Amino acid sequence: MISLDLIEKTAEVLMAKAAIEIPDDYLQGLQAAAEVEDGDLSSFVLHAMLENYKAAKEDGRAMCGDTGTPRWYVKMGNETQVEGGPVALEAALRRATAKATNGVPLRPNRVHPLWRTDHNNNVGIGAPEIEYGYEPGGEWIDLITVHKGGLFGTDYRMLFPSDGIQGIKRFYLDSLVAFGKRGLACQPAIIGIGLGGCKDTCMVLGKRAACLRVVGSRNPDPRIAELELELKELGNSIGMGAMGFVGKSMVIDANIEVGYCHTGGMQMSVHAFCLSSRRAVARVYPDGRVEHRTDPDWFTDYQRRETVEWEPPQSHEKSA
Amino acid sequence: MGTPSKPREIRLSTTPTPEALAELKLGDIVYLDGLIYTAREGVYMRALEQNANIPMELPAESAANFHCSPAAAINPDGSYNMGAVTATASFRFSKWIGAWMAKSGAKLIIGKGGMSAQDYKDHFVPNGAIYLTTVGYGTGALLGRGVKRVKTVHWNEELGLAQAMWVLEAEKMGPFIVESDLAGNSLFERENAKISANLAKVYEGTKPAVLKRFGETDDRSDELIG
Repeated sequence: MISLDLIEKTAEVLMAKAAIEIPDDYLQGLQAAAEVEDGDLSSFVLHAMLENYKAAKEDGRAMCGDTGTPRWYVKMGNETQVEGGPVALEAALRRATAKATNGVPLRPNRVHPLWRTDHNNNVGIGAPEIEYGYEPGGEWIDLITVHKGGLFGTDYRMLFPSDGIQGIKRFYLDSLVAFGKRGLACQPAIIGIGLGGCKDTCMVLGKRAACLRVVGSRNPDPRIAELELELKELGNSIGMGAMGFVGKSMVIDANIEVGYCHTGGMQMSVHAFCLSSRRAVARVYPDGRVEHRTDPDWFTDYQRRETVEWEPPQSHEKSA
Repeated sequence: MGTPSKPREIRLSTTPTPEALAELKLGDIVYLDGLIYTAREGVYMRALEQNANIPMELPAESAANFHCSPAAAINPDGSYNMGAVTATASFRFSKWIGAWMAKSGAKLIIGKGGMSAQDYKDHFVPNGAIYLTTVGYGTGALLGRGVKRVKTVHWNEELGLAQAMWVLEAEKMGPFIVESDLAGNSLFERENAKISANLAKVYEGTKPAVLKRFGETDDRSDELIG
């Protein structure tokens, strides 16, 4: 049985970590981009961002004033038991979100869509989102918080088999160019691409590809992995950099996740996880241990399974 | 690969003289000193549509309007906990900006992403105002350091923390980039034009989607704003 109190306390720590500390994988990706960026203004922006991450950590303040819309991805082992059950768990995550909003502080972004009413704590109808995943075996719970920002940089389109890879590239470029101008997408970003599923799951896949995979991870399908690298390269060849200035840093990494779709369609979504790629992860065990990490490790073999029954692979290789 | 050259850095008052503004060139880096206030759609609607009295002496106290909601909280004792400070996208406020400038005398509009050339021509140039963009847009922690203290918060009860009018004492607050000058030229548009020249080549080997959308354009020199 995992202590509810420990879950709430850990969740509060994660809220602060996500807002303040840039994850190492993204930081290294941005440093690499800054080294090769030769556009005067783009280069200035990247170096200012690197300085900003330092300032955020030193001062213990959020990296960005727009602290996004906090949400939770919760993953549990098949044997996991949480004190008080799922309802108590959700209440604990809502409490942690509200407390951290005032404590860090975060910007209380969440309002009612029509009445614009504000609880000043990022909690409301459907907020924060809490999504679940399960893994065979294990008694632990993974708490993952993502504070994705941005009203711009995300788009969806119904493509068809005849659009092919050429159509995928076109929609990818369109999304980057359109939202990259003036830097509306807050690039360079981790670009997540969802392919297939249904409209809603396509959006979910793309968002998770952006937010729940680390820079440098590759899809286990070698042909998809190749396309990821090709799209990264393509995005960085547009001639546009940070803030839409002339440059070559648009994409820190391009991650693709796929789901089986309707035989007639090829749904596609594009998502940009911005210069403040806020994510933090911890695994909590029934014996009270808490292990912090930055890799959500969401897309395991089990999450990407294709078959009716699940049979664990012979040798377990850690996938992205 | 050339080594990028560093842009020029300038300190500027938040009640700037016309001469100081005339000095600024597109792409200059600016750090601000003086009082800055946040005002976005909530403040604009309240001041311009509901004709509420603006609770500050403008532009005498400040001519710097920041399109911003800070990550901040008001403590139970009434003191402020100011975290990161980052701008929000300005193009959405086009509807109010002319009337707001006329009423507030703002000379510096600070935000994310600039406004359209039309807005600069119609509102900024006649009012002798320029646009400063934040950097990144994520340098919230650096900008937060430049806030010496929160002087006060107006209209919190009426508008909520995110839309309230925060009055901030800035000391070497920045960096900001000069996006528009007194003649109404735009840095973003200058950069867009340069990038557009290369786009046809980047799009080689792609093809338009078989299912079109109403209102779709293939002119990639176009912008989404405005």
